[in-house]
Amino acid sequence: MQPQVSPIPSESLQTMIELRKVSKWYGEFQALKEVSLTVHKGERVVVCGPSGSGKSTAIRCINRLEQHQEGQILVEGIELTPGFKNIELIRREVGMVFQQFNLFPHLTVLQNLTLAPRRVRKLPRKQAEELAMQYLTRVHIAEQAHKYPSRLSGGQQQRVAIARALCMEPQVMLFDEPTSALDPEMIKEVLDVMIELADDHMTMICVTHEMGFARTVADTVVFMDHGQVVEVAPPKTFFSNPKNERTKLFLSQVLVH
Amino acid sequence: MISLSLSDILPFLLIGARWTLLLSAIAFLGGGVGALLLLLLRYGQPQLGAKFVHLYVEVLQGTPLLLQLFLVFFGLPLLGVEVSPLLAAGVALTLYASAFLAEIWRGCVDAIPHGQWDASGALGLNFLLQMRYVILPQALRIAVPPTVGFLTQLVKATALASIVGFNELTKTGQIVTNATFQPFIIYGLVALIYFAMCYPLTFCARILERKLGQSR
Repeated sequence: MQPQVSPIPSESLQTMIELRKVSKWYGEFQALKEVSLTVHKGERVVVCGPSGSGKSTAIRCINRLEQHQEGQILVEGIELTPGFKNIELIRREVGMVFQQFNLFPHLTVLQNLTLAPRRVRKLPRKQAEELAMQYLTRVHIAEQAHKYPSRLSGGQQQRVAIARALCMEPQVMLFDEPTSALDPEMIKEVLDVMIELADDHMTMICVTHEMGFARTVADTVVFMDHGQVVEVAPPKTFFSNPKNERTKLFLSQVLVH
Repeated sequence: MISLSLSDILPFLLIGARWTLLLSAIAFLGGGVGALLLLLLRYGQPQLGAKFVHLYVEVLQGTPLLLQLFLVFFGLPLLGVEVSPLLAAGVALTLYASAFLAEIWRGCVDAIPHGQWDASGALGLNFLLQMRYVILPQALRIAVPPTVGFLTQLVKATALASIVGFNELTKTGQIVTNATFQPFIIYGLVALIYFAMCYPLTFCARILERKLGQSR
């Protein structure tokens, strides 16, 4: 059992992300039903729930990879209105790591990392490369800098993806089932990197099935089902004393081992 | 009937071939630029832009090139533009090529996994940066076979330009045949010259594909 990560100091209660009664439809199907959530600076939130519960949809709405139809989404106090222009400005501050890694296959690891800092933040090449090597070292993969993604294992690719998101030095990190596509023996190396990030108090929202990670790292666990937020609690209460019947059912199915 | 030897005929045919190559190059380069603009319009403005591109492509793919050549040749003077056969053929073939290339390249861009758009967007890249650094470089490799295939079609399609008075290779072959009454030899030579123009394209395509595929 890993050591408990330090909790957020009570002084920093700045609101980073806020969802207020957010609803989203795909045609007739309602994927999000009045979802409300508040994430503070330095807070580590784990979102769990069965497939199709809307967890991925919810976080994808935060950086507008999906667009919500009702309710409000605020990122660092800025509302993502329907006609919001310059979403790129928001996306610079919100990093995202995907289940399928989504590395750019035609670029080397180093080029993957330097692309956004150079072209978006307009960093000169040398500076961008130094920054990239810094983050590659942080995720323990510096020696792979000049390889193409296809040559790396899944765990290595995901760590590169994390480093790539970090190179933009975002205020918040979103993780969309980062270990779900990995072989079991590679899950630990990615979770370890995420735990290190959490320990540095990176504000993060992590959609995951890894309950051990939630117990170790999370300040808050959010359970979603059928597009709704069903229960929100700190891990201690969430796992030992869930209030809602649906939460209890989910936990009984998931915490078998 | 004039009796001409091979050394007399060949230079004529090669002059025709030069015009064929010139027209093909104009159409391919102009069409390529046009197709790129149509591509950016299609993906950059998914509502209005895409509709316009769709209509443009439908019209140009659905009507005969011959008629398009006529329309440009007779239509441009009505707008007050001086029209030479080269200009008319150049404009018509450019529009024609842009429509077909736009569709080919659309297919290639659609083949890029959606996750690439997600990841590049999530990093803060705007549409143009996404296309320039992430999507188009990957689409390029996929685009080589169908683009080169179309290019060889284009080279052969230039033969139609003779209808507006442009003396390219096939027309030149016709003129020589009318003089010498040796159609089999002349047209045989014409076919060989077309092949000589098209084969290097497929050869270059293979090299290009191999070079672009090095990151796999």
